[in-house]
Amino acid sequence: MKVSQIVKNLQLTKVTSREDLEREITGGYTSDLLSNVMGQAKAGMIWVTMQGHHNIAAIGALIGLAAIIVAGGTKIEEDTIIRADENELPIFTTNMSSYEVTGKLYALGITNQQ
Amino acid sequence: MEIKCEVPGNDFDRAGEASASIKKALQRLGVPADIVRRVAIGTYEGEMNALIHAGGGVIKAEITSNLTIITVKDKGPGIADVQQAMKEGFSTAPDYVRAMGFGAGMGLPNMMKCSDKFSINTVVNKGTKITMRFEHK
Repeated sequence: MKVSQIVKNLQLTKVTSREDLEREITGGYTSDLLSNVMGQAKAGMIWVTMQGHHNIAAIGALIGLAAIIVAGGTKIEEDTIIRADENELPIFTTNMSSYEVTGKLYALGITNQQ
Repeated sequence: MEIKCEVPGNDFDRAGEASASIKKALQRLGVPADIVRRVAIGTYEGEMNALIHAGGGVIKAEITSNLTIITVKDKGPGIADVQQAMKEGFSTAPDYVRAMGFGAGMGLPNMMKCSDKFSINTVVNKGTKITMRFEHK
């Protein structure tokens, strides 16, 4: 499934402006512990978190994530958006909780079983 | 090829810059993507450790056609009990760092897991040197 299809299905708000929304998502990961994400999430995955600071953009770019969803209505730092745009990494926000977002992604078939 | 990057102490605004520049160099050199990914993970963890715990440090990447060696060196407080520090979940990070999602006690174990060879030399009150070796196979 493409990033753009998920945005439409989950009615996410896009906060970045330079990114590839046609990228295929290979799986998903949900965590707020950054080292855990570094160790477990794989390139092409979509990451659900409640962290909004710019280190999430650094991590997303380093491991080559397809997108990040910042859940729970967390405010995103301006710097996070700048860094994500530099790396053409899409970031979306939603008022849904991490649990809800993850459940919806799973229901859409993003299950990590490849 | 050798790359040297300074890691500023406690500067979360510049966190990840060293890892990003080493990752880009490896990509330019055509190192396989899965190796680049492992180097990026290990370097980032080392960078964050130096930034959070040691007031900064220096990261060196030595890249040859079949090998990358990453060294993270700091003049921080050192690690009194390495065995304890290597345990997943053990961390001495302050609360404000944990609130950002760092300090989960997974940095050192991640570095060991993602590299082909990992070594740590540390002296209390002198500093720590971490070496990670990645074969390009």
